Amino acid sequence: MRFVCFTLMPYRPLDMDERRKHRSAWVVLPNELYDPEKGANEYESYIDHLVSAESLGFDVVAVNEHHQTAYGLMPAPNIIASALIQRTKRVKIAVLGRALPLVNNPITIAEEFAMLDNLSRGRMIAGFVRGIGTEYHATGLNPVFSHERFHEAHDLIVQAWTRPGPFEFESENYNYRYVNLWPRPYQRPHPPIWIPSQGSAETIDWAADPARKYPFLVTFSAHELVARYLNAYRDRAREFGYEASGDQLGWAVPIYVADTDERAREEAKAGIESLFNDYLNNPWEMLLPPGYTSLGSTKRMMKMRAALGTRPKHQSVDALIESGTALIGSPRTVIEKIEKMRDLTGFRNLVSMLQFGVLSDELAKRNMEMYASEVMPRLRD
Amino acid sequence: MWNMEQHRFRDLETRSLHVGSGEPMLFLHGASGLPMWGPFFDALSARYDLRISEHPGFGASQAPNWIRSVSDMSMYYLDVLDELDLEDVHLVGHSLGGWIAAELAIRNCSRLASLTLIAPAGTRVKGIPSGDNFIWDPEEAVRNLFHDQAFAERMLSHAPTDEEADLALNSRFMAARLGWEPRWVNPALQRWLHRIKVPTLVLWGENDKLFPSAYATVWRDNIPGCRVALIPESGHLPQVEKAAETASHILAFLKGK
Repeated sequence: MRFVCFTLMPYRPLDMDERRKHRSAWVVLPNELYDPEKGANEYESYIDHLVSAESLGFDVVAVNEHHQTAYGLMPAPNIIASALIQRTKRVKIAVLGRALPLVNNPITIAEEFAMLDNLSRGRMIAGFVRGIGTEYHATGLNPVFSHERFHEAHDLIVQAWTRPGPFEFESENYNYRYVNLWPRPYQRPHPPIWIPSQGSAETIDWAADPARKYPFLVTFSAHELVARYLNAYRDRAREFGYEASGDQLGWAVPIYVADTDERAREEAKAGIESLFNDYLNNPWEMLLPPGYTSLGSTKRMMKMRAALGTRPKHQSVDALIESGTALIGSPRTVIEKIEKMRDLTGFRNLVSMLQFGVLSDELAKRNMEMYASEVMPRLRD
Repeated sequence: MWNMEQHRFRDLETRSLHVGSGEPMLFLHGASGLPMWGPFFDALSARYDLRISEHPGFGASQAPNWIRSVSDMSMYYLDVLDELDLEDVHLVGHSLGGWIAAELAIRNCSRLASLTLIAPAGTRVKGIPSGDNFIWDPEEAVRNLFHDQAFAERMLSHAPTDEEADLALNSRFMAARLGWEPRWVNPALQRWLHRIKVPTLVLWGENDKLFPSAYATVWRDNIPGCRVALIPESGHLPQVEKAAETASHILAFLKGK
């Protein structure tokens, strides 16, 4: 198993009563609720948290990108990656990921990753995503063209990393007379590309293609769905005529361990419930702007939603444990659940989110240390 | 009684409602898709040969990948006018349809006799934002269309069938394709409105929460001889909320044209 230590960097000092007066913690939440003094402390805490992962034996530390939200304070994750490079020596650094369609010139993404790869002497992992639906409200970009822009930007970035420049690039959305990166990436042919996803069939099909074989990470889903999506990738790889390796399969999941199941549940409750109910929860119109998912997928989701009712249900810590959306319990309980997923899917990348929601520095640290000493060694290959 | 006609053009099939007799009138609908029949259309079709054509990508009409913007859509409708060989057309557009009509007219007015725009999208007044109908929840979106909430209540009391919901989603996707970015506006349009050389009437509900009626000034100031009338106590759909009044404005304007 390869262990990734990941944090979203939520803004924890959020006034939750004020938060609940607004439809979302994204885009429309007034930024007067952000206090820079407190925010600066948050950045310091989270960077310390990630840096400590190296000495605790994690293989990768990871950050990601979201815009105009208290859910995560990293609209520019490469800035955090740059800080991490300076404070670590061995650990890989993953940006999971950059949202390609949101920028008007994807060459800047190619350039930034190439710089980071040189600064870290080849420790970068480049995640490519489209951003969640709210990102299209935050940036004003047309969600209908999101897939198309993602694929074109991906092609442009990979070519910029690998083709001798200068060369010309032409597509519907991006047109450049000169593509000629200085610097080129440190790793050859380029930093590994990972694809975090909520499991759409289109993404699985694209990532598993033999031309790419990109590691695919399923994020924040119920145990059963995670297994289904990872196996869908395996099945797709077989249809393409090869066997997917465990390195191509990843699971991103909030994890909390303590001496006993009961203690873990008590300590994790406020953090995990705030993550799902206050930070992540979004109305349909914000999460799924028209075109963000295909017409067919959207129609299927609308029918599911009609069956479930329109009001989002409160997700309790017990429900999140029960569905396997979060792994919370004694080291033994958590190991069993990870082993179960490994037996079901053969996945090897465990993206462990050990700080979530309002979970304090102190509890996050204790969680992380126990996870590193009691859980990780048992699951090493 | 009106007929639903299928129209085949290039590789795509669209629907249109066709009724009445007289000089040709083409109605271009807004972002919600093909409008429900009502007294407004009764009044127009009593005097004109009225076509209400469903835009490609809306409702049951196919979405071609060669229509990516309102400018593409306006070129498509210029082709349609050629194909149907319509002359001296009274072009009427509401909201998104008004924007399409204006883009068509700045390109080529030669088949038009007049232009009527009801709360058209396509322009803006900086500092007076439009409503964000893509972030409104479904109930808000209906309520914000009307001044008189009785109309909203009536619309909300009807639960759509699965088929209606699917068609509405098609329309929503195509509306986003055309109007998401920049939101409901073409910053260049205002610069070319002077090219509209046919008599033009702009109508606006005074209490429009989607496109504030202050936007009417842009049209008035840039189209030569443009007439503007505000409809009191009406939201974004004066042709529904004040059907008779809106229709009589149009009929009076067109009299003798």
